[in-house]
Amino acid sequence: MRTKEKNISQKQRGIKVLRAFIHKEFLHVFRDKRTLLIMFVLPIVQILIFGFALTNEVKNIRLLVVNPTNDVASQQLIEKIKASSYFTIKHVEPTPRNVDNYFKNSEIHCALILPENMSSKSNETTEIQIITDASDPNFSKIAINYLSATITDFLNKPNVVQKMPMQIKTETRMLYNPSMNGSMNFVPGLIALIMMIVCTTLTAVSIVREKEFGMMEVLLVSPIRPIFVLISKAIPYFLLSSVNLIIILVLSNVVLNVPIRGSLFLIVFVSMLYILTCLALGLLVSNVTSSQAFAMMFSMAGILLPIILFTGFIFPIENMPIGFQWFSNILPSRWFFLIMQSVMLKGRGFADVWLEILVLFTMMIVLTAISLKKFKIRLQ
Amino acid sequence: MVVLRKEFLLIFRDKMILPMMFVMPVVQLILFPFAADLDVRELKIVVVDNDHSSYSQQLVLKIASTDLFQIYAAPNSYKDALRYIGKNQADIILQIPQGFERGLTRENSSEVAIAADAVNIVKAGLGTSYLITIIQNFNQQIRLEWNQGVKMTAPVELEYSFWYNPFMKYRNYMVPAILVLLMTVLSGFISALNIVREKEEGTIEQINVTPLKKWQFVLGKMIPFWLIGIFVMSLGIAIMHFVYGIHIEGSLGTLFLFGMVYITGILGLGLLISTFAHTQQQSMFISFFFIMILILLSGLFTNVESMPRWAFIFSDLLPITHFMHAVRAIVIKGSAFLDIWKDMVYIIVFSIIINMLAVLNYRKTN
Repeated sequence: MRTKEKNISQKQRGIKVLRAFIHKEFLHVFRDKRTLLIMFVLPIVQILIFGFALTNEVKNIRLLVVNPTNDVASQQLIEKIKASSYFTIKHVEPTPRNVDNYFKNSEIHCALILPENMSSKSNETTEIQIITDASDPNFSKIAINYLSATITDFLNKPNVVQKMPMQIKTETRMLYNPSMNGSMNFVPGLIALIMMIVCTTLTAVSIVREKEFGMMEVLLVSPIRPIFVLISKAIPYFLLSSVNLIIILVLSNVVLNVPIRGSLFLIVFVSMLYILTCLALGLLVSNVTSSQAFAMMFSMAGILLPIILFTGFIFPIENMPIGFQWFSNILPSRWFFLIMQSVMLKGRGFADVWLEILVLFTMMIVLTAISLKKFKIRLQ
Repeated sequence: MVVLRKEFLLIFRDKMILPMMFVMPVVQLILFPFAADLDVRELKIVVVDNDHSSYSQQLVLKIASTDLFQIYAAPNSYKDALRYIGKNQADIILQIPQGFERGLTRENSSEVAIAADAVNIVKAGLGTSYLITIIQNFNQQIRLEWNQGVKMTAPVELEYSFWYNPFMKYRNYMVPAILVLLMTVLSGFISALNIVREKEEGTIEQINVTPLKKWQFVLGKMIPFWLIGIFVMSLGIAIMHFVYGIHIEGSLGTLFLFGMVYITGILGLGLLISTFAHTQQQSMFISFFFIMILILLSGLFTNVESMPRWAFIFSDLLPITHFMHAVRAIVIKGSAFLDIWKDMVYIIVFSIIINMLAVLNYRKTN
């Protein structure tokens, strides 16, 4: 009986000590103003930059029109192009003499070279030439698409009455994003990135700092078990990350108009899983490194750069060489991004993403196990 | 001269700077362009063929024969097709309705539906327009087969030419930009780190009590890093030429002229950061923040001109935007100095202002 009672009271004391430790960690975090600033300013700045400034849309295409004979048809075409919000006509010239110069000083993106006598109703085929500055391949492809669509539209108008036989019509739909909101794809990637910065980099740096100050030895000789040291380290960052997650979700929904289509519960669950994975990684980094500067270098060069490159929210993974594609699979952020894309943006349910969740879960377990093991080794 | 020698000694003794000088350019220039490929190709398409007719099969074959699309699956219903998109496995859906062929032959018209995953707007935009072009070509082809003899060519044909980059290689666009990024990071932020270290170690106090003039100290710091910057630039250009076979269209002299002025400006920025930061860690944080903004807003991989007005103006203020524009113009298009003199004026103005600020600020901290 007595031993049982003693056990209970020990347990209670353990919980009390743990509470005290967690309290201490919170104090640490809140006292460090710089870290707090980074934690809360970073998401907002990044949302603004990613959401508003980074866009794949193509607007303001600057155009040179070479119009050898200024007749009705060519004028109508020029008016039509002017009316489109995509184009700005910089110059209209009778000869293509200056095209190269305009391209070289980047005054224009595209040159539209109209044939002579566009209005004439001769049966010979005339040719409209479109030249683009292909240094930026995607921009020039999209610009050409817009321009040729505008021209085709213009040319087809008089032929409406004359019905073509065997017409295949196409009906196009833009799924999930009918307004072609450019920031949509960035938001899940942004969450992945910020969580990684907050959980991994900051956690690693904070623990390594304790090491540098020699506090870790003090902690380890205290009666509390090492696992509780780790847990109490992780809890404040876990809570702060959750607050951050909410900030990002609300900002992207309200400011950037990115919809949240899937179940909020699933989104939060997956995010928590991802946060835990990042925390485990942060603990691991802190166990392997011994100086703050090194921990920071390591997290930035070894973790942040790969995440920006290989998560898939900026650069498509499928275009990469096969070795890089394999490498991308070991990053937790890649899987998190896939899940968030499906659930948050496309409204899919658990049934479609269970495999990705399982992968993420396994990663979390493995990382936690490794960092715990490393931590114990350090004790001896 | 003595100061210069000391600085060179310091740099060559530093185990971090030398590997960074050689390894970073090589690694980044060789890894980055492979990873940073925004080209749109081999889109995965899901075809829902509810017609199973000869025409619908011909159309599917035609799509499969292009290298723009890869047929990922052919489920029976639109709902199944949507699942592939939802799981990020496919990019675009083509639905051929029942009665497609009958509609064409009897009623002279049919409709097919295209649905693209517009979460990635570039892929969706290009994908649909590629698909529409293929369908139109197919349309033209069956029309010709149907009433042979009657020639039905469009009276106006569109002809496209892609100048300066006829094979539309994304790499030609990225590699020069990565070179710019590299020069910025190396010469700007390593110099900042270096000066802050002297502060941390207290050796800067010793220098301050010597009869050395401020400008001598600053110059002594800057010249070695300036040379490193030029070295990295030459190394990068060599890699660009020999590894990627990117031929520099413009004059090498103009390119280096730009590089020299730009590095001066960036070194000034590094100096300015070092006057603000007290520890290496702080300078690293500030540098990291700057690097991120430079990467994102300089037009490295997004078009600056499509940004909203405030971002565009901000981006225009960054020297890296102008240098990147100049380097790309010289390398890809062969622009001469007269074509891009405005960028040069901007970089010079920036260099002068930032260096003055840095020297002024440096005095104040002492």
